[in-house]
Amino acid sequence: MEATESKILDHGHAHHDEHHDEHDHHGNFWTNYIFSQDHKVIAKQFLITGLMWAFLGGGLSIIFRLQLGFPNMDMSFLKPILGGWIEEGKLNPEFYLAMVTMHGTIMVFFVLTAGLSGTFSNFLIPLQIGARDMASGFLNMLSYWFFFVSSVLMFTSLFIETGPASGGWVIYPPLSALPQAMPGSGLGMTLWLSSMAIFIISSLLGSINYITTVINMRTKGMTFSRLPLSIWAFLVTAIIGVLSFPVLFSAALLLIFDRSFGTSFFLSEIYINGEALPNMGGSPILFQHLFWFLGHPEVYIVLLPALGITSEVIAVNSRKPIFGYKAMIGSILFIGLISFIVWAHHMFVTGMNPFLGSIFMFLTLIIAVPSAVKAFNYIATLWRGNLIFTTGMMFSIGLVSLFISGGLTGIVLGNAAIDIQLHDTYFVVAHFHLVMGSASFFGMMAGVYHWFPKMFGRMMNDKMGYVHFWMTFIGVYLVFFPMHYTGIAGFPRRYYSFTSFDAFKTFTDLNMFISVAAMITFSAQLLFAFNFFYSIFRGRRATLNPWKANTLEWTTPLHPSHGNWVGEIPTVYRWPYDYSKPGAPDDFIPQTVPYAHTPESNLPHEADDIEEVGEIPDVIEINEKSVS
Amino acid sequence: MTLLIITSVVLVIIIIGLIVRAQSLIDIVTGSAQKRAGFSNSFNALMFPAFLVFGFGAAIWTAIHASQYFLPEAASEHGIITDKLFWITMAVIGVVFFATHVLLFTFPFTYQYKENRKAYYYPDNHKLELIWTLIPAVVLSILVFTGLKAWTDITTTAPSNSTVVELVGKQFNWIVRYPGIDSKLGKHNYRKIDATNDAGIDFADRNGFDDFISNEVHLPKGVPVHLRIRARDVLHSVFMPHFRVKMDAVPGMPTQFWFTPTKSTEDMRTELGNPDFNFELACTEVCGRGHFGMRKLIIVHEPEDFQKWLREQESFLAKNPDYLKSVPEGLKKLAALQIKNPQAVKQVEEGEVVKTQASL
Repeated sequence: MEATESKILDHGHAHHDEHHDEHDHHGNFWTNYIFSQDHKVIAKQFLITGLMWAFLGGGLSIIFRLQLGFPNMDMSFLKPILGGWIEEGKLNPEFYLAMVTMHGTIMVFFVLTAGLSGTFSNFLIPLQIGARDMASGFLNMLSYWFFFVSSVLMFTSLFIETGPASGGWVIYPPLSALPQAMPGSGLGMTLWLSSMAIFIISSLLGSINYITTVINMRTKGMTFSRLPLSIWAFLVTAIIGVLSFPVLFSAALLLIFDRSFGTSFFLSEIYINGEALPNMGGSPILFQHLFWFLGHPEVYIVLLPALGITSEVIAVNSRKPIFGYKAMIGSILFIGLISFIVWAHHMFVTGMNPFLGSIFMFLTLIIAVPSAVKAFNYIATLWRGNLIFTTGMMFSIGLVSLFISGGLTGIVLGNAAIDIQLHDTYFVVAHFHLVMGSASFFGMMAGVYHWFPKMFGRMMNDKMGYVHFWMTFIGVYLVFFPMHYTGIAGFPRRYYSFTSFDAFKTFTDLNMFISVAAMITFSAQLLFAFNFFYSIFRGRRATLNPWKANTLEWTTPLHPSHGNWVGEIPTVYRWPYDYSKPGAPDDFIPQTVPYAHTPESNLPHEADDIEEVGEIPDVIEINEKSVS
Repeated sequence: MTLLIITSVVLVIIIIGLIVRAQSLIDIVTGSAQKRAGFSNSFNALMFPAFLVFGFGAAIWTAIHASQYFLPEAASEHGIITDKLFWITMAVIGVVFFATHVLLFTFPFTYQYKENRKAYYYPDNHKLELIWTLIPAVVLSILVFTGLKAWTDITTTAPSNSTVVELVGKQFNWIVRYPGIDSKLGKHNYRKIDATNDAGIDFADRNGFDDFISNEVHLPKGVPVHLRIRARDVLHSVFMPHFRVKMDAVPGMPTQFWFTPTKSTEDMRTELGNPDFNFELACTEVCGRGHFGMRKLIIVHEPEDFQKWLREQESFLAKNPDYLKSVPEGLKKLAALQIKNPQAVKQVEEGEVVKTQASL
């Protein structure tokens, strides 16, 4: 159906500039849907792979939540899935750690990095800046396929006899370096490292492309001060990725050397399994520095795109300009910069020089300022708006709430003196699941609901979306809010059970409660999956600009073909946030409308800029016609 | 069974599908699909403040009930300080949490879509932005500086009168070594580790002759305790929840932490009314299969009882005289003496020191 529609569109406007339309649907199934170089198809590939990973990663958490909530449960019923990892009705403690590790790895890298940034940077950058495609469609395609290979490797590692990597997603050596320390550090870790190395290549290819595209391929009039905040966020995210992922790559490489070629970068004076190893002089702390040099920016790699999406969605559905556009850009840049110099706050109690701890504590608390500014600006945007609660909007408001709740506890943890007690407890788990996990996930959901019409030409069902939102939102709080309690009580993370200690014997009911809440929250996602796939094929047909938004992507045809715009790429005349401008007849003025056409609503300084008047592109009208 | 599950899942999906289909048809018929904001909009607008009220109610209620388990009774000097910092910070962020959420969840209700209203075009306000940049900056600076002070105090060099205890993490338990009468820990070498000498005491160093291994951690109340921490195989982390102590144990890189216990085990038992209370040492850095079970008992004595306990302990060398073999020739005699009468050796040594000092 997609094809016929676009064909009609193309034939109807054959007088239009041409060389791009020729790409359309001339290839075969393989070049159109599998090895496609169209950024929109690649975005969908990232999205669907990311969603599949999300279900797998979430599913793992449900299994280990069963263990935590019901430690005495007979788990034999999981034997069909987990096989030998269920020993006499009990979950194997090593496999528990493996699931925790894989949950973290999958969620952080495969869902919230590839699935979120990969999807929306790919999809929105060309569409919102007015480009035909990414700077290099080929590299973009490679980026997805490297991600795919990396996914396959990681997925394979789940099924090997010794189990997947199990030392936590941070894979601190020596645990991760020594197969004799735990079975997961054998082949599982090798696969983990190979998979991550390939993942990093994918991420770098993607990021370089995003940066190049944003810098070089903006359409006429699309200055940096007219870029939607989503694009700003994607740009800074990509820059952070390019600068920090190679450091993880080097850490992984050195670890591979230590594991396989007898070097001692991270190993020193180890006696294990009745044997003194020859390694001398290495430092496990060095690995932690290298890891967190990526690991902390990674938090912002995950979060910034979500914040960018939210900025866009909140402005559109508040029918109001985003409050403090420049301050928002400033915050993004400042967060991007500072994110590189706070990594050691993950290491206050690793034996690192305490003076270094002081410095990092200071820098860490600085980063709270731009984050606070962002939160205040979102709230100010809602103030006196005319709010329309689309599902995307609700997930965005949810994001702001989660961002605040989780961000605030960061102030507690960033304080080295307090962190002594709270480090590696459930307080940390609650903190980052709210601010980074859930907030970013909400950003992703907001993006999916908001841009679904542009991706598939159909609408998702909003009622189901509302149920999905409320179940997820309430569920996330029910899961992670009580985790602060167990954290304050000192419960350490990555514990298979809490029965060995008097100090951690309390809160058994609460742990049960959290597990039940997690299951309900997870089941709500099945509703989303249904809505998503159902709507791709059977959803209500979308209109061209269903949310009445200003940005360029809504000026493309309903099913944009490779090349995005049928005719010339529209020129941009104004910033993307002219919503409810006084004097304007409608409550939005798309970026493609020149000031000369809106004398009734121009602000004084805008009236002065009128000399850049261009002809109003007729693309919009054409598209309207083609749909009707 | 499996078939039943699959059938029911399929049925549920079909039912949802039908409901969705019917509902969207109704929307089209009633024309609400064309409307910009209908009943759902008002419903969601109302749900946000409802969530606010319900959420805060639940948060406060559960926090009150859970608070009995919060931050277990602090039993160290710095613990009281960090607890105070924690609660001050929690109060500050609590206020911000409350205020921002009240705004965030009431605005959706107040400013929900109305057809005849236009949103207020309000792109920026530099004064406002400056205010809400500066206020967090100032508040955070205050928090940083109080935190910095506490942090530097906690991490200064241990006082010279500290009781030294060595904690060695291994898969999956802790080894506790005391320096013995001379208060000096002997050197260790990971190549000297064997089944008996699991701390790897190097008997080439005479300071190690009187070192002893204990099954529990014994500490004196009111005296600074200097923990010397290391690991044998992988990373571990010393966590003593009641003392607010946490420090990683790293193979190849000794770490340390010092603190002063303020309550003995007996004190805590009376205070909490729990005769079975015990201080515990846990591991908080994932280290493998037995990570969750690396428990060690900590017993805090009154200082005099601690001294008594200390005197009762027999050195590792005395318990395992076989290791005299690995003592270098020149020190064998001293080691043998030490085993038989550690007190005497100590006196002799002190006498030597006096003599040397006098000759100087």
